[in-house]
Amino acid sequence: MPLLNVTDLRTYFHTRSGVYRAVDGVSFSVERGETLGIVGESGSGKSVTGYSIMGLVPQPPGRIESGTAMFDGVDLLHCSPKEARAIRGKRVAMIFQDPMTSLNPYLRISDQLIEPLLIHEKISKRDALRRGLEALEAVGINDAAKRIHYYPHEFSGGMRQRVMIAMALITKPELLIADEPTTALDVTVQAQILELIKKMQREIGMAVIFITHDLGVVSGLCDRVQVMYAGRIVETSDTRSLFYEPKHPYTRALQRSIPSMQAKGTELYTIAGMPPDVSKPLPGCAFAPRCEFAVERCTQVIPPLAPWKPGHLHACLRVQAGEIS
Amino acid sequence: MPVSACKPAKFPDMPESILELHDVKTHFPIYRGFVVKRQTGTVKAVDGVTLSIRRGEVLGLVGESGCGKSTLARTIMQLVPTTGGTVVLEGKNLTQGTAAEVHDTRRDMQMIFQDPYASLNPRMTVFATLAEPLLVHGVCQSSAVSARVAELMRTVGLAPRFMEKYPHEFSGGQRQRIAIARALALNPKVIIADEPVSALDVSIQAQILNLLSQLCRKMNLSLIFIAHDLSVVKHISDRVAVMYLGKIVELGPAVEVIEQPRHPYTRALVSAIPTPDPDAERTRQRIVLAGDPPSPINPPAGCAFHPRCPYALEKCRVAFPPLLAAGPGREAACVRLGEI
Repeated sequence: MPLLNVTDLRTYFHTRSGVYRAVDGVSFSVERGETLGIVGESGSGKSVTGYSIMGLVPQPPGRIESGTAMFDGVDLLHCSPKEARAIRGKRVAMIFQDPMTSLNPYLRISDQLIEPLLIHEKISKRDALRRGLEALEAVGINDAAKRIHYYPHEFSGGMRQRVMIAMALITKPELLIADEPTTALDVTVQAQILELIKKMQREIGMAVIFITHDLGVVSGLCDRVQVMYAGRIVETSDTRSLFYEPKHPYTRALQRSIPSMQAKGTELYTIAGMPPDVSKPLPGCAFAPRCEFAVERCTQVIPPLAPWKPGHLHACLRVQAGEIS
Repeated sequence: MPVSACKPAKFPDMPESILELHDVKTHFPIYRGFVVKRQTGTVKAVDGVTLSIRRGEVLGLVGESGCGKSTLARTIMQLVPTTGGTVVLEGKNLTQGTAAEVHDTRRDMQMIFQDPYASLNPRMTVFATLAEPLLVHGVCQSSAVSARVAELMRTVGLAPRFMEKYPHEFSGGQRQRIAIARALALNPKVIIADEPVSALDVSIQAQILNLLSQLCRKMNLSLIFIAHDLSVVKHISDRVAVMYLGKIVELGPAVEVIEQPRHPYTRALVSAIPTPDPDAERTRQRIVLAGDPPSPINPPAGCAFHPRCPYALEKCRVAFPPLLAAGPGREAACVRLGEI
């Protein structure tokens, strides 16, 4: 049984200018100990997927229109607040893109770090501080005994992200949702943080949902990847198969527009047009208006995710029909 | 044959370099106290940069945040006062120029910023944004402004019918196109682009990169392209300069520097970029640097990189190594170049 099983998740935002279908019928599952990458451009709904699972979608304007997210027998989307609190922050944790805005600038690191422990475990403050110290040491912060009493502004960006990771992992969660945790960091610091996430994952044996726009990060870190476009999953597969045999035209186009994949001096491959406006209904494939292979029926039916080979699914009608390889 | 090698041959009658930086230093004083101000330290944001940019060349400038790339850009533009050294644009020394002279040279040097959401005035239409430089510098009669604005919009791939729209009506990529059009308005000779694609998605990033390199080729512009993404820099640049803590540590043709880096810092930087290829990514050797870049307030003595350098020796702690020749057209600032 998978650790987390999301079926037909739809998260819409009801605003004055219309209904934004941020996540529009997303189904996936995460096994224990596995790393799932969710890749997409801004506005593709990858972060909202994570927020929906964590119950962090502001309601209103957001609304979970349909779907279930079964975590170990409990539906995270429809359970009672009490049940949700017992899971959130303890068995499922989340880290965010910007470590400055996700730490409280008025509180010492020590107070913020041990808060999950004090809430979820019957533990004295002294024991909690000791665990907090261990957690800081585990994420590679030198001189932790002194630094635990610092305020967030006394740390650099990479250090703050380490603190965030320590805080998320202090309750030894079974699932970590990482929403672009390295996007705001320098490449050298990004490499440190990715190594750290891998190391902690080995030690605790947790599953990770890694949300990013960077295909390079995904290729080294994730077991499976799913590509999102305009709130829908267009392709999902194990990492090797996705990178070496991408099937959906969007995945291919995304891969081809990375500068390092192309010869220098040539024109970079670009995807014409812009991502669709998700406040308008999309009767067909959301990528059809930008797709070089699109035919009329692509704009009429929403293509289902169908397996191309075991474990590799994609949502392109023409590839499924064998019209394009 | 690398693009940079054929550049001078293409324009044999043109002077080699258009912009010369010699030992440029930009230091910021730190003050303590409210009533009695005392200077307690200096941030050496740019500390002795010597560079020359050729006509029509794209020079990539890379480094981690806080290494002084943006301050160097602002120093070249004379947006911050220089502490020492000279910035010479086509024979004119900007560091000693009067305000009016500097104002005039702005026509030849323009800047594009990282965040197109912040760098465009939300209360100005595209027309107002693009017409402003034309009117300020008086390069265009007021009757011709509208035609020139339309021409600029077409150059960057925007339809002139959007002229009366406001920045919020455009997407990030389109706003960056407006920013590029504004930079091109005065027919500059040098454009400094400070992380112009970092805020954009991959597919939009590719469009902007293509546009920038087309414009440079077509208009024979020199471009200083600042970025932290080495694969982007490698793609667009002829030469690349790697900065660390206010100094250039490696300089050379882009492909060579990134594929065969000589300085230990460049090696670490290159090895930290994740590649979008699972097999290569999982088997390759990676140098993971410990710690963060040191503070430019009290930089370490000697080579600023030595506390994080896997090859550091005692002599690295003593004096900062100068840029030494390291192959054709290449320079690197490391005393152990021959040994490692």
